[in-house]
Amino acid sequence: MDSIEVILQKDNITFDDFAVLLSPEAEDYLELLAMASQKITLANFGRTIQLYTPLYLANFCDNYCLYCGFNADNQIERKKLSPTELKQEARVISSSGLKHILLLTGESRQMSPVSYIVECVKVLRGYFSSISIEVYPLSQAEYRLLVEAGVDGLTIYQETYDQDTYCQVHPRGPKSDYAFRLDAPERGAKAGMRNINIGTLLGLADWRKEIFFCGQHAKYLQDKFPEIEIGVSLPRLRPHQGSYQPACLVSDKNICQIIAALRIFLPHVGITVSTRENAEFRKNLIPLGVTRMSAGSSTEVGGRIMQKNNPRGSCQFEISDHSSVSQVKAMIEEKGYQPVLKDWMVF
Amino acid sequence: MNDFLEISGEKINNRLFIGTGKFASFNLMRQVLEKTGSELCTVAVRRVDSSSKTENILDYIPRGCRIMANTSGSRNADEAVRIARLAQAAGCGNWIKVEIINDNQYLLPDNLESLKATEALAKEGFVCLVYMNPDLAMGRRLIEAGAAAIMPLGSPIGTNRGLQTRELVEIMVNSLKIPIVVDAGLGRPSDACQCMELGCAAVLVNTAIAISADPVAIAEAFNQAVQAGRKAYLAGMAEKSQSARASSPLTGFLR
Repeated sequence: MDSIEVILQKDNITFDDFAVLLSPEAEDYLELLAMASQKITLANFGRTIQLYTPLYLANFCDNYCLYCGFNADNQIERKKLSPTELKQEARVISSSGLKHILLLTGESRQMSPVSYIVECVKVLRGYFSSISIEVYPLSQAEYRLLVEAGVDGLTIYQETYDQDTYCQVHPRGPKSDYAFRLDAPERGAKAGMRNINIGTLLGLADWRKEIFFCGQHAKYLQDKFPEIEIGVSLPRLRPHQGSYQPACLVSDKNICQIIAALRIFLPHVGITVSTRENAEFRKNLIPLGVTRMSAGSSTEVGGRIMQKNNPRGSCQFEISDHSSVSQVKAMIEEKGYQPVLKDWMVF
Repeated sequence: MNDFLEISGEKINNRLFIGTGKFASFNLMRQVLEKTGSELCTVAVRRVDSSSKTENILDYIPRGCRIMANTSGSRNADEAVRIARLAQAAGCGNWIKVEIINDNQYLLPDNLESLKATEALAKEGFVCLVYMNPDLAMGRRLIEAGAAAIMPLGSPIGTNRGLQTRELVEIMVNSLKIPIVVDAGLGRPSDACQCMELGCAAVLVNTAIAISADPVAIAEAFNQAVQAGRKAYLAGMAEKSQSARASSPLTGFLR
């Protein structure tokens, strides 16, 4: 194994090098790693941070994920946006200037079938220039239907690459099929998605191993589909309706190491940090290697237009950064970066 | 000295072209364009938001600086052609930087797809400046296809490694009767100067300026380097030699 100093001089970082960058020993070199990460990120992405926001279409779910508020056992109010409500929500988001939207649903083929998602996409094309989906894993043909409707990006997290942990936290329901989920990004790529975003839910298992495998997954996708923009998200477990507590703690320092290691290993991969993290932490992460952030988020179906008087709650998880889009933009500008609201278009 | 670059019948006095993609703000980008007096900048169509009253990049381009839309994001000729048409519809004019990349790891252009796009776009009346991997044979084909200028890369985008492709670019400069603009990879003003000394018509720079701690100052330095290199090229430079040569040769008495 090479030392950190030697690895930082290399042009091509190997899997072994990546493991070294993620090791406990590398924590002593964190500032050095962060500086290298910043330099690479500036060269490849400039002083820009691309913004998007999630839009929850429905929270019906047939899964029993221990860590998720949408767990079928949870007694939350189940909702699904009607076309009229969707337009209202889209108008509210659109008025903030955001042009990139991420559509989410729970996993219910009965309540949120692909045909419903397709209809939603058609509505949203009138409001946004880029539409990504974060829904249950689909077949290649189904992804193709969504691409043809106007979807250009796919986000799907494996949650955990550790199969034993995966079985444990997804005990029942369609999501318990590890392999079908693992192959979903590839099916999306073959279906014509222009950008694919993967991730692991930090806190379910040993983060060093999780990020090592996530990085390998991203590299595999990048090598196999060089024409596609690959991204990695770093969602950290947040409080939610239910009793599950993270099995492994992931500290702020760990997140910094993850960003730097990923960036050095995969110089051109997008790195996303969402409003799961608080505003101050997100601000500090900007120069480290982040390229994409969510803003003005709600994890509730119709969260921007519905009355918030439901005592049972219906959000997937609690967000930490409640800043408005304009506040997030101001924060990015304060750090000397440009918030990019539009970076693609339907054509 | 009446030295200007002519592309598609348009006279361009400033040979520093500037990319707009990586700046910390539109205002900073505008300052750079104003201070250098750059007369041509590239704008990614994917970033143009004509519907925005405050964040439309086109509103920040100074008068006198021509906009050349680029087809960033296109992965093949068909997509590049469609993006070019969108650019024209969005008010970016008909000057297009044909940029087709289907490799997100190295961001190297696809010459064959660029050729196809140039053929189609030139027929539609677009003025095509084509980003390419330096290659003489492809340069000739691009000229036949109707390219207005050819833009070989100096080194991969964003690397700031300078003119690593010098020998290939020099062959193109010496062989092709078309403006050769080195695009991508120039990290220092001296890199830009080197390109101009070789006889390149212009250089296009973004990363080295946009991510500098002082973008305006480094842009001015690039501008001066481009001017110095151009002046040296026009003046003609002494040949390099491995051995010392006396300034008064032995046969001087024969004069």
